[in-house]
Amino acid sequence: MLNRRIIPCLDVRNGRVVKGVNFEGLRDVDDPVALAKYYNDSGADELVFYDITASAEGRPLFADALRAVASQVFIPLTVGGSINTLDDFDRVLKCGADKVSVNSGAIRDPGLVARAARRYGDQCVVLSVDVRRVDGAYRVFARGGRDDTGLDALEWIRRGADNGAGEVVVNSIDTDGVRGGFDLPLLEAVGRAVSIPIIASGGAGKAEDFLDLFQLPCVDAGLAASIFHSREVDIRGLKRYLRQNGVSMRIVEE
Amino acid sequence: MIAVVDYGVGNLFSLARSLEYVGANCAVTRDPEALRRADRIILPGVGAFGDAARRLRDLGLDALLQDQAALGKPLLGICLGMQLLLDVSYEYGEHPGLGLIPGAVKPLAPALAPGAKVPHMGWNALRILDGDPLLAGVRQGDSVYYVHSYYATGCEASLVAVSEHGGVEVPGVVRRGNVCGMQFHPEKSGAVGLGMLAAFAKEEGAGC
Repeated sequence: MLNRRIIPCLDVRNGRVVKGVNFEGLRDVDDPVALAKYYNDSGADELVFYDITASAEGRPLFADALRAVASQVFIPLTVGGSINTLDDFDRVLKCGADKVSVNSGAIRDPGLVARAARRYGDQCVVLSVDVRRVDGAYRVFARGGRDDTGLDALEWIRRGADNGAGEVVVNSIDTDGVRGGFDLPLLEAVGRAVSIPIIASGGAGKAEDFLDLFQLPCVDAGLAASIFHSREVDIRGLKRYLRQNGVSMRIVEE
Repeated sequence: MIAVVDYGVGNLFSLARSLEYVGANCAVTRDPEALRRADRIILPGVGAFGDAARRLRDLGLDALLQDQAALGKPLLGICLGMQLLLDVSYEYGEHPGLGLIPGAVKPLAPALAPGAKVPHMGWNALRILDGDPLLAGVRQGDSVYYVHSYYATGCEASLVAVSEHGGVEVPGVVRRGNVCGMQFHPEKSGAVGLGMLAAFAKEEGAGC
C-alpha cells in the first residue's frame, strides 16, 4: 500500500532559503543543501523548492542551489516558481529536479501542461492551484493568490488532469496561514473531480491537522512550510504519530 | 567502472550523482566500447517502452546488452530499464524487450481495485520474498519510491521483492542470474536506495 507523504516546502530567493529552519544555536539556516539534508534525515518524503527570485539575475543562483541539493539528497525534488515555458521545465530538470510545478504559467498559457506532459511525461508535471471561495464557488487565483481569474477551480483541475498533469497541489487561500487545519471540503471536492494524486496545502497548524487530512482517502500528501521550518511540528515525530494512528507512513530511523 | 546507458531516455543527473555519492566510479555513455569495458552496466529509463526499445535498437545497444548479460556481467535495469529486460511489453501496442528475464509488461490500471490511482506513484513498502545481495541492507517493509503505470507480469520465477498497490503485487525487484531489475527508483529512495546502488557497485560478476 502506498504511504501517505509529508512534504516540506522551501522558498528560495537568489539561491538561499527564505525563512530557514532554526537549528540548535543557529538561527535561520538558509543553506538549501543543509536544509534539504535536515529534512531528508527527518524522513521528509519529498522536497519542494519554490524559486521566488524576482530578477533574472537570481535565476542562475537557483540553478546552482538546485544542482547542489540534487547531488546530495536522493529523494524526489519538485521545483516551482517562475515556470512559464518548456524552456523553464528544461532548465530545472537539467539541474536535478524530478517534477516541475506550474501555477500561473498554466493560466497564462493553458497549453503548457499538455506540451510539458508530452515531452517529459505525466509524472513530471505538477499542477499547482491557488483556490479561494467566491460566492460559494471555488475559484482559481493567480499571481500568488492576488488575482481572481474567474476560472472554476474544479473545472480547471479536471482540465489539467486531462491534459496530463500527474499530480495536483491544492492550496486553499481560505485556510492558508490560519493554522486551523486543511481545507477538507475543498479537497474532497477535488477528489471527486479527478483521480490523480492530490497534495494538500494551506492550513496546517499542528500534527492533528494531518491526521484529519489523511482521513480523506483521496488525499495522498500534505505539504507545509512554516510549521516545519519553525519546528513547531517535527517531521519525524509527526510521522510516528500518524503511523500510530493508523496512517500508512514511511519511517526513517535515526 | 559502472556504465550508465545513455540512450536519450530520461534524466540521468540523479542516477549519476547517486552513484558518485556512494563512491562508485561511473560513466554515462552510449559508446559500445565503453559499455564492453565496463565492470557493470545500469540500464535506466523513463517514458514509453516502444520508443525506448526503438532507441536501443537504433543505437545497436539491444544486441550489445544481450551479449554482455550472456557473458555474466552484472546488469541492472531501473524503472523502464527493468521493463526492457523482459520479453515483451503491451504499452501502446506490442513491443519486444531484451528477453533477459521471462515476463511481460502490462498496464496496471485494469488490474487495480477501484479507487487505486495510476500512476503508482510514491513510497511503497517492499516485501522481500527471496534474499538478494542488492537487498542485503534492506529490511522487510522498507519503502522505496515508485513512479510507473505499467508493470511486470509472468515473472514469478524471478521475483525477489514486491509492493502491494490496489490489490496487485507489483514486482519491485526481479533477478535472473547476473541480470537484475528494479521497478522503483533506487536513486530517489533515500538511504535505502543508495544502499542498493552501493551493493550493485560491489556485485561480482564476469569482467569485474
